[in-house]
Amino acid sequence: MVYKLKVNKKDYSVDATPDMPLLWVLRDLLGLTGTKFGCGMAQCGACTVHLEGEAVRSCVTLIARAAGKEVTTIEGLSPDSKHPLQVAWLEEDTPQCGYCQSGQIMAAAVLLRENADPTDEDIDHAMSGNICRCGTYPRIRKAIHLAAKLQKQGGTK
Amino acid sequence: MTNLPKSNRRQFLKAGALLGTGLVISFVVPARITKFGESAEPDPVASFAPNAYLSIGSDGGINVLLSHVEMGQGIWTTLTMLIADELDADWKNIHVHHAPPGQPYMHTLYGLQITGGSSSTWSEFDRYRQAGATARMLLIAAGAKKFGVDPATCKTENGMVISGEQKASYGDLATLAASLPAPAKVELRPASDWKYIGKGLKRLDAPAKVNGTAKFGMDMQFPGMLTAVVAHSPVMGGTVKSFDATAAKAVPGVKAVVQIPTGVAVLADHFWAAKKGKAALKITWDAGANASFNSVTQMEKYRALAATKGLPALNKGNVESALSQGGKVIEASYDFPYLAHAPMEPMNCTVKLGADKCEIWTGTQLPGIDQAVAAKILGFKPEQVSIDTVFLGGGFGRRATPTSDFVAEAVHIAKASGKFIKMVWTREDDMQGGYYRAAFHHKLKIGVDNNGYPTAWNHSIVGQSIFEGTFLSMLVQNGIDSSSVEGIADSPYMTEVKDAYVGLHTTKLPISVLWYRSVGHTHTAFVMETIIDQLATEAGKDPLEFRRTLLKSHPRHLAALNLAAEKAGWGKALPAGHFHGIAVHESFLSFVGQVVEVSVTNGRVNVHKVTCAIDCGLAVNPDGVKAQMESGIIFGITMALYGEINFKDGKVQQTNFHNYPILRMNESPEIDVHIVASTEKMGGAGECGVPPTAPAIANAVFAATGKRIRKPPFASIT
Ligand code: FES
Ligand code: FES
Repeated sequence: MVYKLKVNKKDYSVDATPDMPLLWVLRDLLGLTGTKFGCGMAQCGACTVHLEGEAVRSCVTLIARAAGKEVTTIEGLSPDSKHPLQVAWLEEDTPQCGYCQSGQIMAAAVLLRENADPTDEDIDHAMSGNICRCGTYPRIRKAIHLAAKLQKQGGTK
Repeated sequence: MTNLPKSNRRQFLKAGALLGTGLVISFVVPARITKFGESAEPDPVASFAPNAYLSIGSDGGINVLLSHVEMGQGIWTTLTMLIADELDADWKNIHVHHAPPGQPYMHTLYGLQITGGSSSTWSEFDRYRQAGATARMLLIAAGAKKFGVDPATCKTENGMVISGEQKASYGDLATLAASLPAPAKVELRPASDWKYIGKGLKRLDAPAKVNGTAKFGMDMQFPGMLTAVVAHSPVMGGTVKSFDATAAKAVPGVKAVVQIPTGVAVLADHFWAAKKGKAALKITWDAGANASFNSVTQMEKYRALAATKGLPALNKGNVESALSQGGKVIEASYDFPYLAHAPMEPMNCTVKLGADKCEIWTGTQLPGIDQAVAAKILGFKPEQVSIDTVFLGGGFGRRATPTSDFVAEAVHIAKASGKFIKMVWTREDDMQGGYYRAAFHHKLKIGVDNNGYPTAWNHSIVGQSIFEGTFLSMLVQNGIDSSSVEGIADSPYMTEVKDAYVGLHTTKLPISVLWYRSVGHTHTAFVMETIIDQLATEAGKDPLEFRRTLLKSHPRHLAALNLAAEKAGWGKALPAGHFHGIAVHESFLSFVGQVVEVSVTNGRVNVHKVTCAIDCGLAVNPDGVKAQMESGIIFGITMALYGEINFKDGKVQQTNFHNYPILRMNESPEIDVHIVASTEKMGGAGECGVPPTAPAIANAVFAATGKRIRKPPFASIT
């Protein structure tokens, strides 16, 4: 079946079966490999993308549900990689292996949009669906706090 | 180092190399690295490659080739810092690449190309600095020639050679430098001149890891490539008896189904079709030797074995007679389960097989072995196999199998199908695919003096060997696999013990086992640091003071222990219901002390804070060392609270993160890391943060509940 998709503000049409998860559409059909496969069952958050602005686990989001809606992946978070989270992430030297980081940043982006000044508890709540086997949690926490500050200062968009 | 190329084509080096297995290999050092999938066009940029670790193009681009791979530990940045500190390069122009398999990239100590053992920084400290220094001397010589001055009048600054008013960039001098003879002697800069070493630098791989452009093995995509998903035997080590692929082949997108030694592979246009095809396979399995293997009965056998005398790993005095003198004897035994590494990126490997060459893309800690294994399967010479190492989505030891299991499987699929394939394991394949930290049992009898200090120590260890039967079998001596007893036979606590026997029973089982971040120390540190804690509390002594007494002739242990205790405020009041636990352990030439603050509520263990101190000698990239401590501690908490792989009827019971949990953000403690100012011998950082964490937590749990933990994992205390 042919589906119309809007990913990172670009229109695509893809031929896929209705049961195909958005993750594999993005990665294998559209070549957007920034979104990662970690578990395939909504356990790890590596595949987190935005669907109409909400963080979803693309490994369990069927293409039929995403069709016609706005999808944003890590590649489309910012045109110049200068989202406050990306700036803060670098400042705190957050990534290690890096494999979970796209999903972490996409989850944090929704938190930061909804909550300009998240507490540690808010961060726990928003981020505990995302596993980092390298244990970058302390730096992710710091980076989110820093990004909140940067966002407030408006120094970066 | 003398082989300076004049041509603008690829430099071709030949080297006879002993690659463990005695293979002679030759290899190419690209002057300009091709991007993924790019064909190897002649290099348009003249280049200067004074050695295998570094080349400078006439465009000023500096390529650094890494003999060690980036799996999160930060070596991409640290090795580059070593070169850059000597080279005086402009950071903007530095491009970092993983080296192909080859003689110059062999570990300086281990003699094979491996990233492991927390050894990358200290083992490359001289070699990478020398690589940078050689290049700088040649560039200075080239500058002097160009300017017509004495080299002694030249200096370098940020990618330029300067003499008086005259200046030339490294790029401009590259061709000339390439024609000059290598310097006879290379002087390294004194520590006082270091710009980066000891000070640090932000991670060079981070920008690509925050915008989705970093490429992992999983991200390899090429025109014409199919995705292969493999049906593996549910019983570990089982084989295919027969299979029916009719339904699988009917799945839209499925292109082929092939049998391989480890199962049946379904090849499709994309992962989803391949996975559906796998689900549609009908396979009859021959369960093989493991059909009745159970973790519970295994541990019972281990306990029985532990009661008998093992091969000596340490033997001094007469422990049996010392223990029968009627003094106080403390007995304990411990069980440790199998553990899966569970790196975030499941195993995968991309293989393009031609008539006489094979190209492989994967994230691997052992590229040279992978190359040799692939060549053997294909009947090729190693040089017919190229390995392009991309970023590893975590390693922790799993991406260094002596059998190259995941590379071998992918090569078998390519060979059987004749197709260009990317093999992708599901999380379930990864979790159940073997190569675990081995299950172990320890049994101890310790005689103590009137003050409670140990005087006699009888210690039995039972478990599988990692090294036996591999290219590292030389690490098994007199029947003792050093990785089974490290941290016990050589424990500083044994120094003052007069009578000691550490006996090892090495079991042989068809379950594949492997080094796992901090290897033997994952269990030995737990045993040592919890039993020492117990000796202290039974003697009515403070666990910190007790350790200080026992470690009095071990200054580096003491330094790490004392700094951690001081920073944590050991002995000071904590919030109600919070308790401290402490541990110190040496591994991979580094010394780490940790104090953990824990509460136990409704039987549930919460870790609030970990204070850590490390003595690793010179910390080349101090923030990188801190990051590795944080990472190791969180790895250690997962292991302590959750880590467990069990077998029932030969089947691994855990499948994915819902039943093999990994610590999450909401459980992640505050971590405070301190580096001991030290001029001692350099050690590693990637693994040594792990061992003290679990015992420190267990000791805090004892302080909270009065219960001694003998059987991790222990998320809940009953
Ligand atoms: S891959 Fe989707 S949550 Fe893990
Ligand atoms: S950075 Fe490696 S899993 Fe998070």
